[in-house]
Amino acid sequence: MKLDRRNFLTLGGSLVAGGVVGTTLSPLPWKLMDDSAIWTQNWPWTPVPPDGAASFNHSICTLCPGKCGITVKKVESRAIKIEGRKDFPVNQGGICILGLAGLQLLYGPTRIETPLLKTAGGGFKKISWDEAVSLLAKKLEELRSSGKPESVAALTGSDTGVTAALIKRFLFAYGSPNFISEQTFKDTYKIALKKMQALQGEVVFDIENADYVLSLGSGIIEGWDSPVKMIKANSALKTKKAFLCQVEPRLSMTAAKADKWLPVIPGTETDLVWGILHVILNQALYNKEFVAENTTGIERLSQLAQPYTLEKVSAATGIKSSDILSVATQFAKAAKPIAVCGKGQGSTPESMGHIMAVHALNALMGSVNREGGVIALNPASYISWTNPEQDETGKNGFGKERVDGAGKGNYPDTPFLANRFISAINGQGKSPVEALLVSGSNPLYSFTDTAAVKKAFEKIPFIVSFSSFMDETAKVATLILPSHTNLERFEDVSLCLGSGKSVIGLSTPVVEPKFDTRHTGDAVILLAKKLGGSVANAFSWESFEACLTETLGDKWESLKESGFLENPESLIAAGTRIDFSVVAEPKSMAPEGDAASYPLILIPYDSLRLAHMAVGSPPFLLKTVEDTVLKKNDILVEINPQTASKLNLSEKKYAMLKTPKGAVRVKIHLFEGIMPGVIAMARGLGHTAYDDYLSGKGVNFNELIGPMEDPISGLDVSYGIRATLTNA
Amino acid sequence: MNKTHNTQKAKKYGMVIDLDKCTGCGACMVACMAENNVPFKKDETNKLDSITWMHLYKLTNGKAFPETEICYLPRPCMHCEGAHGHPPCVSVCPATATDYDHGTGIVSQIYTRCFGCRYCMGACPYHARYFNWWDPVWPEGMKEYLSPNVSPRMRGVVEKCSFCFHRYQLAMDKAYHEGRKELEEHEYQSSCTQACPAGAITFGDLNNPDHQVHKIARPDNEHGGKPSATNVFRLLERLGTNPKVYYMSSREWVRRLGDNYLPHEKTGEIALGKQKGHH
Repeated sequence: MKLDRRNFLTLGGSLVAGGVVGTTLSPLPWKLMDDSAIWTQNWPWTPVPPDGAASFNHSICTLCPGKCGITVKKVESRAIKIEGRKDFPVNQGGICILGLAGLQLLYGPTRIETPLLKTAGGGFKKISWDEAVSLLAKKLEELRSSGKPESVAALTGSDTGVTAALIKRFLFAYGSPNFISEQTFKDTYKIALKKMQALQGEVVFDIENADYVLSLGSGIIEGWDSPVKMIKANSALKTKKAFLCQVEPRLSMTAAKADKWLPVIPGTETDLVWGILHVILNQALYNKEFVAENTTGIERLSQLAQPYTLEKVSAATGIKSSDILSVATQFAKAAKPIAVCGKGQGSTPESMGHIMAVHALNALMGSVNREGGVIALNPASYISWTNPEQDETGKNGFGKERVDGAGKGNYPDTPFLANRFISAINGQGKSPVEALLVSGSNPLYSFTDTAAVKKAFEKIPFIVSFSSFMDETAKVATLILPSHTNLERFEDVSLCLGSGKSVIGLSTPVVEPKFDTRHTGDAVILLAKKLGGSVANAFSWESFEACLTETLGDKWESLKESGFLENPESLIAAGTRIDFSVVAEPKSMAPEGDAASYPLILIPYDSLRLAHMAVGSPPFLLKTVEDTVLKKNDILVEINPQTASKLNLSEKKYAMLKTPKGAVRVKIHLFEGIMPGVIAMARGLGHTAYDDYLSGKGVNFNELIGPMEDPISGLDVSYGIRATLTNA
Repeated sequence: MNKTHNTQKAKKYGMVIDLDKCTGCGACMVACMAENNVPFKKDETNKLDSITWMHLYKLTNGKAFPETEICYLPRPCMHCEGAHGHPPCVSVCPATATDYDHGTGIVSQIYTRCFGCRYCMGACPYHARYFNWWDPVWPEGMKEYLSPNVSPRMRGVVEKCSFCFHRYQLAMDKAYHEGRKELEEHEYQSSCTQACPAGAITFGDLNNPDHQVHKIARPDNEHGGKPSATNVFRLLERLGTNPKVYYMSSREWVRRLGDNYLPHEKTGEIALGKQKGHH
């Protein structure tokens, strides 16, 4: 056949057509498609997590005051998952969102890997532990030899446990009275117990066994008290159809799940309590038997309650008279009513006037030291060290006035006043504190009026941080002695359960320390030994573990074995009769700012999805934050549509939020669940430290609010501030 | 696919979520992310590209202050059975990357088979499927916590809730090792169920009358698994997707939001019309 143009095209065309038909009918294209999918997915950078022997390790999560039992799943030496421990009395297998994300903290990029020293340029340089401890010892030795040991202070997140006790002991031997711990609403409730029934005990709220819960803004299912325990208690309430009444300006999740939500004007909750007291006392609805046997001074209480008529309380609180009356009568008629306070997560103190009125309400119904009521427990007493010997300098220094003025004068029952500590440093002249040790606390983020705290820290010449993470406070420290994280260290834990039992727990390391970090207890012991003399003599232990072993004595072995022990000494603390006559005269505490220039009231809200205290939220938590709370780097502020339309503000639009403390740009989120005239902002955002997953997102609520001092306790009890919102 | 493969009685794993107990705390979301090597990005506020196998939706009754009510609704994959094991997503997948397992009732997802056409995402009425627009990036050191039981995914594939199928495999391995072929109810529980602090999630075999899920939801298997217990409902019941996730709420407005009701229709009374569940 002659290969002319026609034939060439015909043949070529047939070949192509045949090829196409043939290939299509063959498995080739499907095989290629499948292979291409597989080839394009086999990237060397897609990790293949190594497999190995799995093990399960019990410990206790110490990321928040809740103290849940956890079981950490490991593959070889890697921790791969944190779960709730099933047989642990607090959480019975449940676990909160922060605990679950704990491995992102352990393996996260903001860990401090070695001791660090601030350089002249403002950066940090890595130093060895020996250098770091010597440097600190030298500084403290200088202050001591110049006769100013009291100018050294320590600020901690909590004052329970052996680590805090070691820091306290160090200051005692060294010669400083200035140990300061952050205070929560529970600490203020303890002060109320001391004042009203001369009782020194831990407080437990036995919500799950109550049948009527009156919550004054407590975020019972949003992290209040012990988060998982309380969520479980709430489920128990639902199962047995108990009643929950939530008093709060905003429809929080607790309010949304409550049987009754009473929106209240912020700051007038105490008026409502007095209104309820008024009804109960006037109609003699209280538990007469209990009151006769266990209380004194009811006449005085009646006298104080007299002015709180329904009309007056209704006008102050914005709650209908009929609602106040029905809550009061339902509360009084319940078999096991309980009133609880501590707004949001209860991480900040409450005013004494408020707490004493709430405790009076519980006492009137006999809901004190009984099932379903407020229970006081003897604090665990396993730390029974004798005070060490002080030398002359130590004795003199320790005898000096505390910088914060706590424990005497106007505030005899308040152990620590962190807010007054900051204002004392910010006072005239030189800072009374020349060296500050910070452990388990991030004051530059979590204290109100961040600008003032920053100013105070700038005045302190030498700051030492024991943080595991590069948080706001660590960033300004002179020296960082990084601690192991909660999963790498021993820590003793004491827990109080609603059943009137207390438990001693042991948080045990589940992984080897990842970096060159040390337990803060070990750092303190090393420091004391370096200082020598009576300070060194106060610490006979070789290490923190040795100290813990000795302190726990015969409990140590079984604690290491089982993780927790019921405390045999956990009897309900006795006390005197409940004295109603010491209940403070009601005093309203208006938020800072004048109503004319700041017509709105700004309040914070807490959520389990954002950590707002010493620990920063890991990336998983940010992932669960709704886009009506944070959008890109903008925080959204909740406002009632009615208020918004008056101010000409609309959804997702920018606005300027101004308070007497500061101004920030925010976005608007219209929410029907907030009282007109009130605006709310999430706590836990606006970090300037940590990593790109958390830093620079939103606004820190504490920058916008100042401290509000309670006249009785001296503590910062601010709950909100006046504000304006304008279009921006 | 393999209808006759399993000689055991077919299981139908499912979930009942008590919305009265759910507190919207987010523990289920993170329990899932931590269990299943779910990646995260620096900005997760664009919820369209934020991968959350378990997602919490905030519902509202739409009323003005102070009559407003809100409720959270956790949404895993519904593991729809459709009619005779044809879930909407499985029916459209050209790569057989997703399949319905008749032995367990679980809708699988094989990442390396998926070539990212996202038909399944379009077909899923529950927005339960997520696409990896980028390769996942873990910050320095964080790959340490990745679980060997779940493959990390790569750019270009779809992923979704698997009812923690690897936990089923591990439990079955253990059972076989001990000479058993059946699992106890507690042996196979999803990560979210286990973590939920409120105890709002119940997980188990809907075919097994002894399992809690069966007792609570009382599925009517003759009629596409429709719940016969009061206050129990499924999402978009009338689509005939036959999902295996049941919800419980004592609030009528919440149950009503579970489907698209016409004004005259009563909550819970779904008229399926002529449609017989086939697509």
